[in-house]
Order: sequence, then C-alpha cells, then structure tokens
Amino acid sequence: MDSQTRVYFPYVSPHDPCPPIRVKSYYVPPQLFIGFQPENLPQFSPMEALMHGTLWPALYSPYVPTGQRERRGEGHS
Amino acid sequence: MWIYEKKLQYPVRVGKCDVRMAKFLMEQYGGADGELAAALRYLNQRYTIPDKVIGLLTDIGTEEFAHLEMIATMVYKLTKDATMEELEAAGLGAHYANHDRALFYENAGGVPFTATYIQAKGDPIADLYEDIAAEEKARATYQWLIDMTDDVDIQDGLKYLREREVVHSLRFREAVEILKEEQGRKKFF
Repeated sequence: MDSQTRVYFPYVSPHDPCPPIRVKSYYVPPQLFIGFQPENLPQFSPMEALMHGTLWPALYSPYVPTGQRERRGEGHS
Repeated sequence: MWIYEKKLQYPVRVGKCDVRMAKFLMEQYGGADGELAAALRYLNQRYTIPDKVIGLLTDIGTEEFAHLEMIATMVYKLTKDATMEELEAAGLGAHYANHDRALFYENAGGVPFTATYIQAKGDPIADLYEDIAAEEKARATYQWLIDMTDDVDIQDGLKYLREREVVHSLRFREAVEILKEEQGRKKFF
C-alpha cells in the first residue's frame, strides 16, 4: 500500500546484545522515478495542491514515521 | 579486517622536482572531497545501509585508502628532498613550521581535515546521493590538478585516479537503482 517505502531484513547475529529490529525500511520518494517531468500530468485542485505542497499527485510523497511504516507490514504493493 | 598488499594500486612516478605541486595535491589528501574523506565516509555509512549495498561501500571505501596511499606517495616524493627555502617558496612555510616535512591531513590551503567534510544521514538515498556527488567533486579536483602540472608522470597517476572516480560514481548510481527496485512484497513478520 505504500509504494514509496522499501523494506529490508538486516543481518541478525545470535550474539546481538539487544532484541533485534528484524525489519527496517527506507523511503524511495517519487522524484527518483520521474527523470524529466512529463507535461500534462494530472493535477490536484488548487486547494488540495496548497495542502499537499505540490500541484501533482505524481510528486506527492506522504511520510509515514519510522516505526509505523514497518508495522503496517507492507514494503511495496 | 583488512589484508594489506605492500604495493600501490597503480604505480606512482613523479618526473619533475616541483614542490609547488605537493601543496596542490594535498587537496586530495586531506581536503573535503579528498580520498581520506571518501574512505571514511563510505566505511562509516556502510553499517546502516541496506544489506544489498554494504559490500559495495566496503569495497569502494577500501579502494579509497589505496588512492590515499598514492596521493601520499606523490606528496612525499615531492617534499622529502625539498629545502626549507623551496618549501617556503611553494607556500609550505607554515606547513614546515607545524609539521616539518611530515604529511598531514590538510587541504591545499592548509586547513586541517574535519569530520564535518563527511555525512551519514542514515537515509540510504540521501547517503548514496552524497557519495555520487563526492565522486564527481573528486573527479573535478583531479581534472584541475592535471591542469596544474605538465609532469606527464604525475598526470598519468592522476588520470588513473580520475578514472576510478568515474567508475565509483556509476557503481553508486547502480546502488540507487538496486534500492529503488521492489523488494520484499508481502512479507510475514
């Protein structure tokens, strides 16, 4: 459900002192995939654009805080 | 752990007694975009980068130390037999006052190395983009250094080092592509 996060499963040693965090995640924000922005992308309404910080849904990058996004259990869907 | 081979990655020849060039080469020794900064940056970032690219950072960080040795060798060859007058004329009088002929991690302007030259943001994309930028800046520095000397032997070594920056930059860009790929859909935790 969150196509902008990726998860990975870091190595966990049997000798680690603390309970392991088995899933870690990071963001891959949309600008990494657009290259040169094509013309005529769908747009938010002006009011939505003001709220989102961008005119284009394709550039919108919601941020789910670290810890919450892993618990959603989704890397990419 | 590392295994050390007692030879340079690429042979370093210096064909001309040119103390002035030693001062300029210091930019790649202890400068912000130099080999020390590069090695420390990559070998530190690797701990918190996704597993798939840890090895890349380890390998490139290690190679940067091999480059550091090459720069050190050039600087040493250019300064070891210089007289105090020659050092002073080359702008290395202050360096002599502080360090004799010892090498030190400073940039071409004599500013000492600082950890603020490097960053580890923890965000894999941010870190890899910094690494790409660092490689491009180092490539540019090598270009200007090549411009500043007519010693073909030094130029040869610097051209090799410049080429390695090109290769490393591409490897980091590939790492970004690897991290962009879909990983682990529908995992069970």
